[in-house]
Parts: sequence; C-alpha cells; structure tokens
Amino acid sequence: MRHIISILMENEAGALSRVAGLFSARGYNIESLAVAPTDDPSLSRMTLVTSGTDEIIEQITKQLNKLVDVVKLFDMTEGEHIEREMMLVKVNTQSKNDREEVKRLADIFRGRIIDVTKDTYTIELTESCERLNAFLESLGNVSILEVVRSGVIGIIQGDKALTV
Amino acid sequence: MELTGAEIFTRCLKDEGVEYLFGYPGGAVLHIYDALYQQKDVKHILVRHEQAATHAADGYARSTGKPGVVLVTSGPGATNAVTGIATAYMDSIPMVVFTGQVPTSLIGNDAFQEVDSVGITRPCVKHNFLVKDVNDLAVTIKKAFYIATTGRPGPVVVDIPKDITAQKAKYAYPKKVTMRSYNPVIKGHPGQVKRALKMILGAKRPIMYTGGGVILDNASKSLTDLVKMIGCPVTNTLMGLGAYPATDKQFVGMLGMHGTYEANMSMHHCDVLIAIGARFDDRVTGNIEKFCPSAKIIHIDIDPASISKNVKVDIPIVGGVSNVLKEMLKQLKETGEKPGKKSQSDWWKQIEEWRAMDCMKYDRDSVKIKPQNVVETLYKVTKGDAFVTSDVGQHQMWAAQYYKFDKPRRWINSGGLGTMGFGMPAAMGVQFAHPDKTVACITGEGSIQMNIQELSTLKQYGLPIKIINLNNGVLGMVRQWQEFFYEGRYAMSYMESLPDFVKLAESYGHVGFHIDKPEDVEGALKEAMKIKDRAVFLNFITDAEENVYPMIPAGAGLNEMILI
Ligand SMILES: Cc1ncc(C[n+]2csc(CCOP(=O)(O)OP(=O)(O)O)c2C)c(N)n1
Repeated sequence: MRHIISILMENEAGALSRVAGLFSARGYNIESLAVAPTDDPSLSRMTLVTSGTDEIIEQITKQLNKLVDVVKLFDMTEGEHIEREMMLVKVNTQSKNDREEVKRLADIFRGRIIDVTKDTYTIELTESCERLNAFLESLGNVSILEVVRSGVIGIIQGDKALTV
Repeated sequence: MELTGAEIFTRCLKDEGVEYLFGYPGGAVLHIYDALYQQKDVKHILVRHEQAATHAADGYARSTGKPGVVLVTSGPGATNAVTGIATAYMDSIPMVVFTGQVPTSLIGNDAFQEVDSVGITRPCVKHNFLVKDVNDLAVTIKKAFYIATTGRPGPVVVDIPKDITAQKAKYAYPKKVTMRSYNPVIKGHPGQVKRALKMILGAKRPIMYTGGGVILDNASKSLTDLVKMIGCPVTNTLMGLGAYPATDKQFVGMLGMHGTYEANMSMHHCDVLIAIGARFDDRVTGNIEKFCPSAKIIHIDIDPASISKNVKVDIPIVGGVSNVLKEMLKQLKETGEKPGKKSQSDWWKQIEEWRAMDCMKYDRDSVKIKPQNVVETLYKVTKGDAFVTSDVGQHQMWAAQYYKFDKPRRWINSGGLGTMGFGMPAAMGVQFAHPDKTVACITGEGSIQMNIQELSTLKQYGLPIKIINLNNGVLGMVRQWQEFFYEGRYAMSYMESLPDFVKLAESYGHVGFHIDKPEDVEGALKEAMKIKDRAVFLNFITDAEENVYPMIPAGAGLNEMILI
C-alpha cells in the first residue's frame, strides 16, 4: 500500500542523505520526496511517499525514527489528511485545436496557464497526485514537452498538527 | 583563555575520561598530534594500520564497556578505518572515531588526501558529524560520546578539518547534552513486562535466547537470577556467550548454525521463546519459515527496529535489557512464584536426551592435533579465566564451542560483520584495559595475516598476548563449505607460501613455538602462560580435514542439524 510519511528533522547538512541512504541501503522504494525548512529554520519537513506491506512500512518508520536527526514522524495515511502536489507542464500548442483543448482542460482541472509562447503553453496545477495523473492522461494527443512535479506534501486534516 | 581546536580536542578527551586513544598520524591531524605530545592525560597508542586502531579500540570497549576511541588522518587514514567501524557497528559497540579532514576551504576540491569521510561512513555508523566551526568542537565531541554509549550503542565518527584544529575558541566541556531528536527508551513498559511474565509462568517448554545486548547492558547478573528462578534452559548467541555461566546445568550451549544440538532442538520445540538483547540473525534462525513453529515469542530489546524485523513477535518490550530484567525479577518476586527446574521436568527430561547425543564429541585419540583439543586445553590451562579474542573462520567456532565462558566480556569476536583480521588488534585493546590478565587470540593462518603487522605494536608496548594459531594450512571455513556444497572443488582455499610463523614472531622480538604433536599441546600452552613481557606465537599444526560440527545447512530449520 502507498504511504505518505511526514518527517520533522534537524535542518542539518547531510540529514537528507541519511534518509535517502537508508532507503537505498535497505532496498525500500521512494516514490517521491519533498523537503524544505519549516517556519522554525532549525527544522526541516520532509514528505516521503513510499509503498510496501505493513511489515515493511513498520520497519521503514522504525528505521527512520532511529536516525539521530529525526525529531518526529507521522504516517499521514493512518488518518484523514490532505495531500497536494504541484506540477508544471509545458505542451506544444502550435495547432489552434490543441490551444483550445489545453485551455479547456486547464480550466476543468483548475489549472493556470502561466507562460505562453507562439508554440507552447505552460500550465501550473496543484492537486492530489492522482488528479495530476488524470490531467496528464486527459491531454490525450496533445504533445507534452516537459513535466515537472514537486513531489507530494501532506498535512493532517482537522486540528491535530505535527509539531515539535 | 582561548585554546586551539587541537588543545580543545585533547581537553575534551581528558574530561570525558578517555584513557587510551588508538591512532596513526598524518597531515590533517598534525596539530592534534602536537597537542597530544604536550599533555599526559590521554595515552596515545600507535598501531601499524588504521584498521587495527579501530579493532583495538573495539576490543577495549567490548572488554570494559567503556567507549573505544580512535584518531586517524584524512583520506587513506579514514578509509583504512572503515572496516573496523563497520565491525563495531554490526555488533553495536560504543566507539568514537576522529578522522582528520582537509581544511574547510579545500573541502570538495579533490584536495590531497581528501575523501568524504562522513559520506563513506554514513551507512556503518550510528551517527557522524563534520565539525565546521571551532566553537562547536567541544559540544560535538560530547554529543559523539553521548550517542555512542547510550541506547543501542554504536560507533560515531567526528570529522575534523585541519583549520578547525588551529583556530581558537573558549573551552568549556558540557557536563550534559540533551538532543530533542535523540531520546532512547530505557525503561520497559511495566504492563508489557507483566504480560510477558504471565506467559512465561504459563509455559510448559520455555527457553531464553539471549544475545550481545545482555552483555552490552551489563545485565548478566539479572539474567542469571531470572533463569534460576524460572528454571528454564538458556542459550546464548555467538555475541552473547558469557552472559550466562557456560558451566551451569541450565545452559544448553550456543545456538544457531554451529550451535549445540540441544540448544537448537530446544529452540525448535519450545512453546514460549524469550529473546533478550538478540536480533534473530539469519545465522541463528536458520530457515525463517521453519523457525520455532509452536512458540509464542517475547522480545526484549532497546532497539524498536530490531523487534519484528525478521520474526513476528507476540509480546514486544522496548527498553534497556538490564532495566527490563530487573523489573521482571521484581514482579516475579511479588507474585511469590518460584517455578524452578522441577516445574518443567518433562521438558528437562527431553532436553537431557538431546544433550546425551554429545554433539561436541571429536576424535580425542587422533595422531594429529585436533583444533578442538587446543581450545579445550587452553580452557584448562587458563582455568577458564582468560580473555579470548578470535578471528573469523573455523577456529572462531571452535573457540566459541569449546571455551566455556562463565563471565561476560571475556569472549571478543566479530560476530556480525565476520571480519578476518580482528583478533590480534582487538586483543591489544583488551590487554591495555586489563594489563594483568591473560589475553589469548585464537586465530587461523589466513586471518592472522590480515593484520600481522601488529606484531610490531605488540613489541612496542610489550603486550604479552598469546596468539593461538590453529594452523590447518587452509582457509578452513571456506574449505569446509567447498567440501560440503561444491563437491570438493577447493578454489583458492589453500594457503600456499606460508611464512615461518615462529621466525616471524622472533624477528619482532617475540617468542614463537611450533607444535605439531597432540602430546605437546598442553606443555606449550603452560610454557606460554609464563611469558609476561612479550607476545607468544603458538603455531599449532592442526588436522586440515577437521570440520565444524554440528551444522545447520543453508535453508534448513534448527531441527535439521548435521551431526558428526
Ligand atoms: C576480511 C574477510 N575476508 C574474507 C572472509 C571470508 N572468510 C570467512 S572464514 C575464511 C577463512 C578463514 O581462514 P583462517 O583464518 O585460516 O581460519 P580457519 O577457517 O582455517 O580456522 C574466509 C576467507 C572474511 N570473513 N573476512
């Protein structure tokens, strides 16, 4: 099963490589990884998407907790949560048809066209991972030049918060 | 007053109570060596190879419980130390390794003798640090010792760029550090302990399976008391030998691949398994599918990640072994129950039948020296009271099987990583820690050559280590597997061109004995024990055909041992 694990860790040089190294050394897979400092600059928040059996996920959370730099972590998938990912897509819009189709789809998916050239549109979308995939699929025959995704981030729904 | 980074370094070690620093100099650590030269508190031991420095510190740590401390230079100094760091990591040994680094301004420039020591060691340390500001040096060193010695112990690397050791800062060694991200759980949950105790008291065929964690947490006394009160059999892993007295009747021997028949059969047939400070290593469980089929499992361990990693556990107890066992003893006394051995008389009857198979028998009338006999005789001559280190191979298994360890911290070997070349340098660390005790290194002609240069260190410091070379002329453990599983195709397991070990030892100023007759074994060992001012190299020419029995072949369960 797919799990979204949020990690609060010391904002130290090398902290990221400890997590990445742990995953490669133990053969766990990472679907995506997003990391940035929080409002407290001494802390980084990392969101990691992985998948595995319950036993593997249990090991992953235990091994992550064992890292000296990890302050706290939470498996978002255990409860209600909100998931978001940002995507930038550059598509070929040389044909008028494609231009109109892309504009229409961007509206439906609540995306924004943020850059326009003679031959291309660049669309920005912030949605769940699934919806982003759906958008890409819906583009159908439109030729995609470039896709950039931020990796998933997540937050607990309701008044609970993951803080130190 | 301000001190240089190098002076801060030596002061920190002094304030941390470090007695010995095992190391080897080089460009990046010259300021530190200069500061060491000008003080008397920390004794620096010069080895002949950085790997040996780490093993020596490791042997010191294993035999005392105190952290071993190492200093090496950047680049090749650091890479040479990696094997020893990984060895300590696999066996959870507290160790702090200081590596020199090129000056901060050159980091990342492929400077002379630069390697990314923090990157290289990351997967085999508990934690590591790169010091980037001299003002952080003392607190980083404090943290390193704190992390290395608390929770599940392990090696910590501190990488110190050369310029940091020249810069000045105010010195204050913190008395304590707290880290919001690191708070190991020491105290076991009393409710879990209660549940476990209930399960143990209701068991018909219980067994305790204990590992290195009992030794690391100094919990031998509590373990022994508990085992006596419960009356159950107890088996130790290779790392756990000595945690429970091997000469006691309730001890059924080591378990696992080369464990005793009675230990492995008791494991296989038990109904409640109490695992304490052990980690269900594949060399212990055999085929995991066939492991302890009818057992409920209780697992006590300080590391939550060890619990239910390989084997699903019914009652997990996260906590320091010593703490949890004390709580269990307290609760057991409160119940007023004292089951003892008689409560399990059917179980013990069965175990005695297995024991009667005498799985450790070997040919005592052979005209060739049997390696088992050398170990047994060493046991006799040292009255079971020596510190015994070993290398890796058949000799390691024979040492574990035939030297009966009654006390913890006496048996020192690389269990997890299985590092050939560990034995002699580890023995140096042990001898420094216990100058008046007998320290023997049981080795083979393959392993000893992996760090043979340390004969020179033994000479420099007059360390009277007894090197027991079980010289079978082959890489015995490899040969054994080739005989069993590769139809006798002995690829590269024959050691050609061996040196004359006696002359080699003598050339370093030590004493060398050549022993090739069974009747000379005891005399030679007795003679060796009299020599107190230098090392003795006992080159025993042993039967090359001898194999380690009993054995669980790969893929088999604990009840499927090959007996001799
Ligand atoms: C550094 C290292 N390299 C290779 C091995 C693989 N290995 C395990 S046992 C062994 C043979 C050891 O031979 P020896 O030291 O002569 O001991 P014996 O088995 O003959 O008692 C080898 C090569 C190892 N454990 N460590």
